[in-house]
Amino acid sequence: MRRPLRWAIPLAVVPVLVLLAYGFKTDPHAIPSPLVGKPAAAFELKTFDGSPVSLASLRGQVVVVNFWASWCYPACYEEAPALERGWKRYQDRGVTMVGVNIQDKEELARKFLGQFAHTFPNAPDPAGRVSVDYGVYGVPETFFIDRRGRIRAKHVGAVTDEILRKEIDRLLAEPVS
Amino acid sequence: MTRRWRIAALAALLWWPAAALAAPVNEETVQAIASGLRCVVCQNLSVGDSPSETANQMRAIIRERLAAGDTPEQVTAYFVDKYGEWILLAPTRRGFNLLVWIAPFAGLGAGAIIVVLVLRRWRRRGARTAPPPVDEAMRSRIAREMADSDR
Repeated sequence: MRRPLRWAIPLAVVPVLVLLAYGFKTDPHAIPSPLVGKPAAAFELKTFDGSPVSLASLRGQVVVVNFWASWCYPACYEEAPALERGWKRYQDRGVTMVGVNIQDKEELARKFLGQFAHTFPNAPDPAGRVSVDYGVYGVPETFFIDRRGRIRAKHVGAVTDEILRKEIDRLLAEPVS
Repeated sequence: MTRRWRIAALAALLWWPAAALAAPVNEETVQAIASGLRCVVCQNLSVGDSPSETANQMRAIIRERLAAGDTPEQVTAYFVDKYGEWILLAPTRRGFNLLVWIAPFAGLGAGAIIVVLVLRRWRRRGARTAPPPVDEAMRSRIAREMADSDR
């Protein structure tokens, strides 16, 4: 009985080390969204220009929904030009981009839009309802919705031209049902 | 009391619980639900404890859903649906998660058993290895050395 006990003490450290190794390797901020693969929640918002934008009206198109805020520096500022470039590149190919401004002040949000001269629809989400419906926990977050209205990918952090191209092309390549 | 009055009274009685349900949402219920949800923009803070705008909006959504007739479980389920189990500050007690709930107690129990076993063995060994008998030579040596140290 004495021998196995002496063995057991260093052995007991092994699972703890494995757990720690696993814990330190995973990024605590990378939380998998349960929404990928599920139908995207419907929303109806009013853009900063005063025109309505709803997901239902965009059915049949590939939709990129980007959540942002003017205080989200630098990530939102980094991705803003890429989003506008993506919009210019894809707007005539059945792709719509919608910016949802969350946790922000209207004046600052408008300043942000002016700074980047965004031409795609951008709308505030004053009650945070859309952001909770999309399980948003920080900005920026970008959702890629397929033609059938399902969320197919979620990107946390600034998007780049490559990410936009990769995700949008993948969804555009799918057959129109 | 006329028959009509009786019907009116009955209708009022039936109507009353429905009115109670539609009454303003109990803030304690809102707080109870909120304190079980992780504030998504905070570190280790519940929606109930966070003063952030996001938490404020989430509390408003809880209130709204309760007012619409959702049960507290349904409200919590809505958030789990959107954010995953991650949103819950305490993992649900089912499936693989049970391990988290059971393991500490199992560990405590196993530890207690080991302590009892070890203590028993020590006691048994203590009984077996009695101090060596003191013979006459040893006794006189002790007396001598004590006398020496007194000097």
